[in-house]
Amino acid sequence: MNGFDKVVGSYEEALAGLSDGMTVISGGFGLCGIPEGLIAQIRRMGVRELTVVSNNCGVDGFGLGVLLEDRQIRKVIASYVGENKLFEQQLLNGDIEVELTPQGTLAEKIRAGGAGIPAFFTATGYGTPVGEGKEVRHFNGRPFILEEAITGDFAIVKAWKADRYGNAIYRHTAQNFNPMAATAGRITVMEVEEIVEPGELEPSQIHTPGIYVNRLVLGRFEKRIEQRTVRAG
Amino acid sequence: MALTREQMARRAALELRDGDYVNLGIGIPTLVANYVPDGIRVMLQSENGLLGMGPFPTEDAVDADMINAGKQTVTAITGAAIFNSAESFAMIRGGHVDVTILGAFEVSVHGDISSWMVPGKLVKGMGGAMDLVAAARNILVIMTHADKSGASKLLDACTLPLTGAACIRKVLTDLAYLEIADGAFHLKERAPGVSVEEIVARTAGNLVVPSDVPEMRFAL
Repeated sequence: MNGFDKVVGSYEEALAGLSDGMTVISGGFGLCGIPEGLIAQIRRMGVRELTVVSNNCGVDGFGLGVLLEDRQIRKVIASYVGENKLFEQQLLNGDIEVELTPQGTLAEKIRAGGAGIPAFFTATGYGTPVGEGKEVRHFNGRPFILEEAITGDFAIVKAWKADRYGNAIYRHTAQNFNPMAATAGRITVMEVEEIVEPGELEPSQIHTPGIYVNRLVLGRFEKRIEQRTVRAG
Repeated sequence: MALTREQMARRAALELRDGDYVNLGIGIPTLVANYVPDGIRVMLQSENGLLGMGPFPTEDAVDADMINAGKQTVTAITGAAIFNSAESFAMIRGGHVDVTILGAFEVSVHGDISSWMVPGKLVKGMGGAMDLVAAARNILVIMTHADKSGASKLLDACTLPLTGAACIRKVLTDLAYLEIADGAFHLKERAPGVSVEEIVARTAGNLVVPSDVPEMRFAL
């Protein structure tokens, strides 16, 4: 093919170069739209002392939760970690560090990181524990706190379909944090349900342009559901 | 009689206007969707990236890629939009969501709210609550007037770590509807069968009581 072909043949190739102590940004909200296969590969690689940036940290036994089981995570930056008993236990034991970050601030930190903006002001968290120790400035008479951007050594994202160039679209609410994560990795690795040829996706409908994607791998997904809620048919 | 959860949801729904974009928190706020008055259409925003959230799916329509902010499987209504998390919080932070309804542990006379953390207990995280309270112009807090031990949750100053400072103007409890202004709770409505004296007794924060406090209504 050519230099724009991002497809790699295996999960091993997809995460080659990931090593101890690195920062990994992961897409996903709860278990929805998480890069299942890439997380499993991180587990197989056995790398440790990772800083993981993700809205949640999986559940016991699935998603990023499996990296907690093997004690591969040193620090988690997340907005909500309530799903995970092992996480609670490791946090209470002091085995891991956690930086709780408001969900919108987390999304914007990652977006800013990918967009080359080092920091931004937001009203979110002012006057709360989140704002403690952070620079405050007033705009239009209102106080805002300075929040710094996040970038990762690796970003791992899950999309629905991508062409070989890495132009990708997401399916339903599995989009969530994935598009921002894709922009913020020094190396961005994307796993998808289907790889198509360039030209098969409508250019104006692309969510993540291929410029952000370094490696593309065809994945297999279990798509576990956290809260299966239904109404009578 | 203190209001039931359903009565609280029914009263809260009267705050909604036709054409409102609305974010509902977990718990009683979620029930408000069941009591939107006839002739009023609202669009529910779920902060994981869905504008136009519908009811739970039927069993055959469950889709792992279609969830709400509570990680429950949901549907999208006709005319819904789906987007990423940064976009979702841009519309929240930018003040585009018309009404936010959420629960709380405590609210103060200055409009401070505590809803995410009890020191000494495990902290699970604030999710999107801090973004929501920092941004929305029109926030309604729904909570019980007192905690299980009978201690008032309407205070001169919050005792728990804050979710947001000086951001709450309206509070609906199981006893009353109150508005916050000038460093005080202003009693606007009382629940049917609840006396002003009981509300006064259960409100720890500075409370302004007008000469006439109408009984709460549940329909327009």
